[in-house]
Amino acid sequence: MAKTPESVYQEMLKGIWRDNPVFVQVLGMCPMLAVTNSAVNALAMGLATFFVLVGSSLLVSMMRKWIPKQVRISSYIIIIATFVTIIDYTLLALFPKIHKELGAFIPLITANCLILGRQEAFASRNSVRFAVMDAVGMAGGFLFALLALGGVREILGEGALFGVSLFGPNFEPWIIMILPPGGFLTLGLILLFFNWVTEKHKEAQMRLLQPAEERSS
Amino acid sequence: MMTDAAFQHFLWIFISALLVNNFVLAYFLGLCPFLGVSGKLETSFRLGLATTFVLIITAICAWILNTYVLPHAPYLRLISFIVVIASVVQFIEMLIKKLSPALFRSLGIFLPLITTNCAILGLAIFATNREYSFAESIIFALGAGGGFTLALLLMAGLREESELSDVPTLIRGTAFNLIIAGILSMAFMGFAGLFSS
Repeated sequence: MAKTPESVYQEMLKGIWRDNPVFVQVLGMCPMLAVTNSAVNALAMGLATFFVLVGSSLLVSMMRKWIPKQVRISSYIIIIATFVTIIDYTLLALFPKIHKELGAFIPLITANCLILGRQEAFASRNSVRFAVMDAVGMAGGFLFALLALGGVREILGEGALFGVSLFGPNFEPWIIMILPPGGFLTLGLILLFFNWVTEKHKEAQMRLLQPAEERSS
Repeated sequence: MMTDAAFQHFLWIFISALLVNNFVLAYFLGLCPFLGVSGKLETSFRLGLATTFVLIITAICAWILNTYVLPHAPYLRLISFIVVIASVVQFIEMLIKKLSPALFRSLGIFLPLITTNCAILGLAIFATNREYSFAESIIFALGAGGGFTLALLLMAGLREESELSDVPTLIRGTAFNLIIAGILSMAFMGFAGLFSS
């Protein structure tokens, strides 16, 4: 199949919605749940992951002809760990407060299976342009999922969004939502919602395919 | 002979990693195997044991690296940890294959997958940040491994039970497992009261 300019955008868009890494593929769960107790933390983690994923996809795709097959996983991991070290030190220098709040979860980006998965499944087999577009889409989808989860948890758990109070002083916060169980429950419910939307969509398509007389009976 | 205070300190590290700050249910580390391979009690238990073993070896290696190598080059911390973990897992895989082919077959694909378990890297980083001594690191690894195994076993038990019950098809799968995990996590939060005094 010839790859036209449109298919480059297709490559990017699929990561954001149809193949969303979190809601559809259920990858990268550890940082997903651990740092989404507020929208700001979620945004910082999303951007850090964005940088690491795009950077390592670019490098892996550029070097894909020189990396021997037997040691490819170790090579990818070392490339990823290098980018994580860069972002770790950058955050420490520029935003020490956020770095302190995310704590050990910045180095743990290395072990995010989403990033290694994209290198193995996509960047090592495609040209630089497509690999970067795919990484942008996947990282964008990850950022979107982080923000959705972080936003819901902060609104319910503290009655605020990005630190701005929404409901005034009378709001009784659900403390449980910013604690660990809230992460599991919120993601579970969001996945349930995604399942429901997909199911409805499928049903609608089935109805379109069926002949009219069958539908009326 | 260990003094009373030292014993209490070690017990605190162990219980804290095992229950109060359970790696899976409070820190969200090692979620991939927790959600992926918790279908059966038998395999969960084996995977838990293998992970605990790797955790202990990693704790020892991380301590050696932290004490002798990394003071000279702190920026290499992450890269050296991940390389050490990958090689330890590879080495253990070869060792088990040589010594006990039966065990090797029963662990199967789970062995190499331990490398990408973030609980292992998480343990090395937490132990470094808290500046644990050699003995403390090993106790911490034991507690964390025990906690991981415990969470995996509880989850597997619940999932085996739920197979027999009438769950709507829409909720089956990951959404259901996450909601179970949320309830488990809530139960584990009760342990936080252990150390309030």
